[in-house]
Amino acid sequence: MGSSNGQPAVVVEGLHKSFGDLEVLKGVSLTAHEGDVVSMIGASGSGKSTFLRCINFLEMPTQGRIQVTGEDISLKTGHDGNLHPTDRRQLERIRTRLGMVFQSFNLWPHLNVLENVIEAPVHVLKVPKAEAIERAEALLQKVGLYEKRNQYPAFLSGGQQQRAAIARALAMNPKVMLFDEPTSALDPELVGEVLKVIRDLALEGRTMILVTHEMKFARDVSSHVIYLHKGLIEEEGPPSQVFGSPKSDRCKQFVSGIH
Amino acid sequence: MFIAASNWELLWQWKGNLLSGAISTLQISFLAYVFGLSLGLAGAMGKLTGGKVLKGILEVYTTVIRSLPELLLIVMLFYLGTDMLNRLMLTLGYEAMRINGFAAAVVVLGFVMGAYATEVLRGAIQAIPIGQIEAAKAYGMSPFLLFRRIILPAMLPYAIPGLSNLWLNITKDSALVAVVGYSELALQTKQAAGSTKAYFTFFVAAALLYLIISMTSLRIFGALENYVRRGQPKLG
Repeated sequence: MGSSNGQPAVVVEGLHKSFGDLEVLKGVSLTAHEGDVVSMIGASGSGKSTFLRCINFLEMPTQGRIQVTGEDISLKTGHDGNLHPTDRRQLERIRTRLGMVFQSFNLWPHLNVLENVIEAPVHVLKVPKAEAIERAEALLQKVGLYEKRNQYPAFLSGGQQQRAAIARALAMNPKVMLFDEPTSALDPELVGEVLKVIRDLALEGRTMILVTHEMKFARDVSSHVIYLHKGLIEEEGPPSQVFGSPKSDRCKQFVSGIH
Repeated sequence: MFIAASNWELLWQWKGNLLSGAISTLQISFLAYVFGLSLGLAGAMGKLTGGKVLKGILEVYTTVIRSLPELLLIVMLFYLGTDMLNRLMLTLGYEAMRINGFAAAVVVLGFVMGAYATEVLRGAIQAIPIGQIEAAKAYGMSPFLLFRRIILPAMLPYAIPGLSNLWLNITKDSALVAVVGYSELALQTKQAAGSTKAYFTFFVAAALLYLIISMTSLRIFGALENYVRRGQPKLG
């Protein structure tokens, strides 16, 4: 990958995923080095979200190999024909290094914003509570939600909920951030505030894998862009290539809407 | 007034019996409720995550228990349970034991309530949006931590109304253990009424006691519901 500027943080090789007879991913590979911002674009149903969800095993792949920060996740085929991690503790350890941000925020409704942010650091990473709170407040400051720290998620706008969810993911101090269409569930006027937070993270040099429909944004922040079509990589490269002079006609057509 | 002065005196004389009956009712209900809730929680998790065999057993449990009249179940489980226990004791070479009526009432009522609680809690757990559970997994929570920190508190808003119903039911179903001879509020009332012939007086008094128990319980459950719904906007 042209933009590599560090050690490989996430390496996925030959990922396949089927839901019953439907093969959603037909052998997709990706390498994200430290500091990379890899964007995955493609039409709905192209498999990009499924791919992202396979990286932290919210979805079990049918075939392939996944390596996170140099550690291979040991897998074996289960009764359902999917690959399953053999070692639950390894999986849990790996997951703490991957900060996931979901399309539908998925904040925990019974916890206020601050409690959402410190929940996993305190209970999974065993960070002392006072330290976790201090860190959480700094992160909430950063995403512009410090004043809302004692509010419950249901009382926040979508944009605020997503920013809180980003703070929650950052609180784990992850090696890689995974964004699964982070602005797709937002009203158009709220998209900007969330993209700004993600852009700031990109500028800080955070390693990120981003599944998005925001093409202009992907072009601006990415170091590498992957265009997925029907479960296969149709085109990939630096944004200047994928958006500027794609080899594939289908990709050309897909990105032609933006300017 | 329906209740003449002499009846007040009767009530006063028997107040100890009625109150101790009411306390028995509360004790049986509370312990059976806790036992039933534990069974329900285990049953719900078993139904949602267990293997085929466990799911099958739980299906039989919830179907059979919920299909039969409580009175029949209580009599059946009481005599069947004590009989089986005594046979077991005899085979093991011990003497048959006298079953403690209180413990038997708690176990039988709790076992019956467990079937209903299994379904209430299963529904409540399934009502949690799956994304909240995925988020917990994505941050590395172990299954136990996920259950304790996310599933349990997140399902309570959906479970409390059903659990509150079950509590009200059990305070009244506990009257059914009178048929196996355990003395609680209903049986004490019947005895008091029978010995004094002041049926109306004592039944009204018992009704008031049940009402007080229910209304106090409803307040407690109301406060509990407000607490577990603290993160959710109120309707209207």
